[in-house]
Formats: sequence, C-alpha cells, structure tokens
Amino acid sequence: MSPQESKRYRNVKVDYLARVEGEGALYLRIDKDKVEEVELRIFEPPRFFEAFLQGRRWTEAPDITARICGICPIAYQSSAISAMESIAGVTVSEPIRALRRLMYCGEWIESHILHMAMLHAPDFLGYEDAIQMAQHHPGVVKNALRLKKLGNDIMTFLGGREIHPINMRVGGFYSVPEKRDLERFKPELEWGLEATRELAQLLAGFDYPDFERDYEYVAMRHPEEYPMWQGRIVSNRGLDIDWPEFFDHIEERHMPQSTALHSVIKERGAYMVGPIARYNLNHDKLSSDARALAKEAGLGASCANPFQSILVRGIETFYAIEEALRLITNYEKPDRPYVEAEPKAGTGYGCSEAPRGICFHRYSIDDDGIITGARIAPPTAQNQATMEEDLVDLVPLFANNTDEELTWKCEQAVRNYDPCISCSVHFLKVHVDRR
Amino acid sequence: MHTPRKPKLAVWKFASCDGCQLSLLDCEDELLAVANSVSIAYFPEATRAEVDGPYDISLVEGSISTGEDAERIQMIRDESNLLITIGACATSGGIQGLRNFANVDHYINTVYAHPEYIHTLRNVSPISQHVFVDYEVRGCPINKYHLVEVLSAHLAGRRPNIPSYSVCVECKRRGTPCVMVAHGTPCMGPVTQAGCGAICPAYNRGCYGCYGPSEECNTQALSAWWTKLGVEDADIARSYRSYNALSGVFRREGSRYAKKAAAGATNEERRQ
Repeated sequence: MSPQESKRYRNVKVDYLARVEGEGALYLRIDKDKVEEVELRIFEPPRFFEAFLQGRRWTEAPDITARICGICPIAYQSSAISAMESIAGVTVSEPIRALRRLMYCGEWIESHILHMAMLHAPDFLGYEDAIQMAQHHPGVVKNALRLKKLGNDIMTFLGGREIHPINMRVGGFYSVPEKRDLERFKPELEWGLEATRELAQLLAGFDYPDFERDYEYVAMRHPEEYPMWQGRIVSNRGLDIDWPEFFDHIEERHMPQSTALHSVIKERGAYMVGPIARYNLNHDKLSSDARALAKEAGLGASCANPFQSILVRGIETFYAIEEALRLITNYEKPDRPYVEAEPKAGTGYGCSEAPRGICFHRYSIDDDGIITGARIAPPTAQNQATMEEDLVDLVPLFANNTDEELTWKCEQAVRNYDPCISCSVHFLKVHVDRR
Repeated sequence: MHTPRKPKLAVWKFASCDGCQLSLLDCEDELLAVANSVSIAYFPEATRAEVDGPYDISLVEGSISTGEDAERIQMIRDESNLLITIGACATSGGIQGLRNFANVDHYINTVYAHPEYIHTLRNVSPISQHVFVDYEVRGCPINKYHLVEVLSAHLAGRRPNIPSYSVCVECKRRGTPCVMVAHGTPCMGPVTQAGCGAICPAYNRGCYGCYGPSEECNTQALSAWWTKLGVEDADIARSYRSYNALSGVFRREGSRYAKKAAAGATNEERRQ
C-alpha cells in the first residue's frame, strides 16, 4: 500500500487489497480531481469450476460449488440445489424449506458480523484491523465474536460444520434435527437480538461520507418474506423476471484485467446487488422491529449511500436473528429428511441471496444425471462494474486529501461491497495514479 | 527481565476458496488469545497492516496454478522459518486439481470469452511439489482446532497431536453405527484420514474423502466393496477424483477406475 508520485499523474497504489476475501488490486489514474482510468484488477488464479463440473453427477454440484467460496458456501449449495430440484420437479415440504432458511440465517449472521465488525468497522474507526480495534473497543469485538459464533453454531449444528457443511442435499437434508435440540439456541438468539441492536446503534454513530449515487438495485423478491433463497429477480427500474430469464437480461463481459466476468444489464449497464439492494427492494418485508431499528439508526425506507451498507448489514443481521427465532418456534420435525429425486435430461436455474448479493446458477444434465453444462454468476462479479463507477465519482470528493488518505478511502469504498474475490473468479490491490 | 519476542505469523493465499484461512477467524473463542501470543505480520484477509519478513511461521493456503505463483512460493519459503500448508488445495491441489485430468485450453474456452487474457499453467500442483513443507494440515476445509493445535505445539516446542488414522476410528469413538454395514451407503471413511470428527456418517451420509488418504489405506479393497454395493466404476472414479484428486493413492485408484469405466463404455458400444 505504498503511495507513489509519477511526473504526469498522481499515483496511489495498493498492490493487494486487504480485508476482503481473495486476491485483487485496484488501479486509479487521476488527473487533478478527475479519474482518467479505473481498473479493479482481479489476479486470483482461475479455477475453472464451470468446466470441471461437466461430467460430474448432478447430486455433486452442491458440495463442489460450495468450494468456490469458504465464506458463503450455503449460497452456492442453495442455488445448486434449487437448480437441480427444478430439473427433477421436486418440491420440498414446509419443514425442509424452514430448515434451509434457518441455515441461511446462520450464514447471514456469520458473514455479516465478520464483515461489519472485523473487516469494515476498522475503516470507520481508523484501525488497521479488528485486533488493533479490540485494544480500544474490547466489548464491541468480544460481542461481535460471540455473535459470529452464534451464526457459525447454527450452521455447525444443522450442517455438521460451518465451512462447507455436509448436510444439505438435492431433495432436502441427510439428517434433520429434533425440535428440542433447536430450541437450545433460543437464549443465545435472544441475547443476539439485543447485542445486534447495540451494534447497530454504534454503527449509526459512524461518520459516513456524504456520497450517494443513482443505482439500479437488483435483488430477489418473495411475496411473503424477506428474500433468501426463493423469489423472483427484480430491480427498481422495471426488471421483474423469473430465474430462467436471467441470462436474457444479464450479460457477462470478460475484461482484460480480470479473471472474473463483469455482469451488466444488457439494456442499462452496471447494477448493484447485496444488502442495500435487498433492503431497498424489500423494506416492506422486514419485521416491524427491524424496520423500527433501521429508523432509529437513521435509515429511511431506501438507502443510496454505499458506505452505509455496513448499517444495512446490521439491520439484516437483526432480522436474521429474529427470523431464526421464528423458524425454531414454528418448527415441526418432518417425517422424512429428504424426498427422492430422479434425474432427467433438462436445464435448471437456481438463485439465492448470498450475504453479498444474488448468486445465480444454471445447469444442464442428461438422463443419467451427468452434468453437461454449468454457468455461475457470483455476486462480486455482478457488483464489479458498480464498484468501479463508485470510485470514479468518489475520488473528486477526496481530491485534496493526502495519497495515503485517498488510498484508504478507495479501499474502504471497495470494501462497502464485502467483495468476495475467491467467488468472483471464476476478484483486489489498490493503485491510484494522480496528476 | 527479558521478554521473549512474539513469533511473526504470516498467512498466504494461492488458488483456493479462502475457507481455511477463514478458519483462523472462526476461532472465535481463541482468536484474541492467538493474537496475543503471536505477532500477525501478514494476513491480508484480516488486516491492511504489513510487516516485512522474515517470518517465523507461514501458513499457506491454496495450490499453485500460475507461473507467478510458482515464483511467489519460492520467495515465501526463503522468508519463512516454518512453512505449514493448510487445507486440501495446498496439500494435494484441491478440487481445482481436477483440471489436470482434462485439457486446460478447453477449460479456458468453456469459462472465458477471451481466453487470451488468461495466463495459467497446464497443471495444478500442491505446495510440496515446489518447496519443502514443514507440516501439512489436511482437510477441505481444515479443522480449526487442528490449526490452533499446530500453532500451540510450535509455541510450546512440541510435536502437534493430529490423527493419521482413518475416519472409521472417529465413528467408533463417536458411537456412530457404520453406514456402509448398516445401510449399504458407500463411504470413503475406511481410506480417509480422520480429523473432521466423522461428521458425514453422523449425519447419515457416507464420508466423501475431504481429508485425503489415511496412512496405509487399502483403496483397492474399498473399491471392491463399493462394487458389491452396486456402485458403477465411473462413480468410484469420481469419488477418488474429488477434493484430494492428486493425492497419492487417491490419484492411482481414481485413474484405475476411470480407465475401467472408459473400457466398460467401449465394450458396451461394441455390443450394441
């Protein structure tokens, strides 16, 4: 992260962007206060998942694609399972649906707390990392670790382990829990609600840059609930599609600087996925307590400041904890942990709301259940064009700052999206060049 | 009084999913204690602070798949007193090792519109194929308590206590009835190194081998068992060719059954 000056341009360079998942760099060339060139370079080595999925069994896709990302494996497992179940024509029972949503709540809590408290909050408070932050804010870090553990404990209980859980399958689960075992989580979830409320109040006091842009938000929307793994794909500019129509509207472009593919909406260009997009499109589906907490934290029914994504993650975490409590209270153990599913030739689509935005999968299989084609649009690749556009508009606001300050602000702007570079590869360093 | 200097810890990433280094941040109860006993000198996933080498301990995640990475691992070895690989990618190539069995040019054309932008080596390889590795922590993902144990053992100057026996031993200890004997569910437990806690059988599913081969395992005997259970040759090959496909006996057994499956398919065609 060493600032550099060139003769013509002001150079600020970060070779390896920290506190994000995976390997990437950012290069900005600035002439006075105008960004001439912005390039979010992804140098995470390509791993070719779509290619080696071909020839594998359809039932292997959830476990294999989980390995795309150690931070949001449930998102990959959910999208792959939905796609395969749609091919086989399988519908799962209400308790299975509820357990999957509970599993997803665990991932949202774990991933959101990791990003809010350990990766993003240090930017606002001026620390290099959470461990440094813990020396001055021990209570905040301690509570955050306990909340993170709560999310992980839910995933470990339902899934066998928190990273690459082993219990979800096409048709349901290998094994389903007793209600009394789930109810043991209730006291810690009740504590979590209050701890998250306190965290949201702390986040509400942060100094947010006065920065808003006019985004196209894309998220899932479900008639009854805040979206996790079911619902149509909608936007604030008229996109309202079912999963099979995804690639009719979304185009993936392959840029020279990147082993990830940039997604754009064919008709309109860059769009935003993730917590802010979900919140803006589904505010009415939050619980009244979550909406009240958002209001208390200074958020309206929609938010256009990407730096406030941390605040929206706080609201979503509160909601996920409430939702986990509700799901556990209503849970009745199903008669069978899964329904048998038989393969048949066809193409299936799956989508789910990873903590950082929609994770889209498409698979084709043959009559024997062998995968003949796979295509995956991970959330960070979908946000990449928007992250670059944010930086173009952000730099003029900080043009009078030192190179070190500007560099840190640009890093923070990228971290607004909780980018998962490992995911997008199929993504970060910051390098700013100034005149 | 002389206070001993805290060992400098660095965490490095190659081709991987980030899950194994996330395991360190997932040690919620131990994280602040670990941070007190070592100096975290380089760990970009967690901190923007960087301290130059040399490092006392380097944790390496991921496998080598580009020319630049093959050079970077040499630099890391030169700067590290102790080099520990964490996870299946670093110790055996990981899931992306599957591309070694296929034509990489076809893979690039499958995933990317502009193959000319992609620079990659023909084969994926584990870290030990490039540099001397002091200790390997297995698993996809690793067990976070193994990581704490390896770090604690190093700080205490003793050998880490990590199992090298098979998953079967963990099932017996856990009191899980054998899924293969009781339900006829194909299970890789007999040939897979313990360490996960035998979670798959405890959740009514067969082990899928994510910790790689156990010491002195008999893969041929297991494959014969699977055949008796009615598993097709191609599926036996797929099971060995998964998260540790490039690992010694798994590689050999996977190739043996891939060839059998291919020959079987040819015979089938001849009959038709």
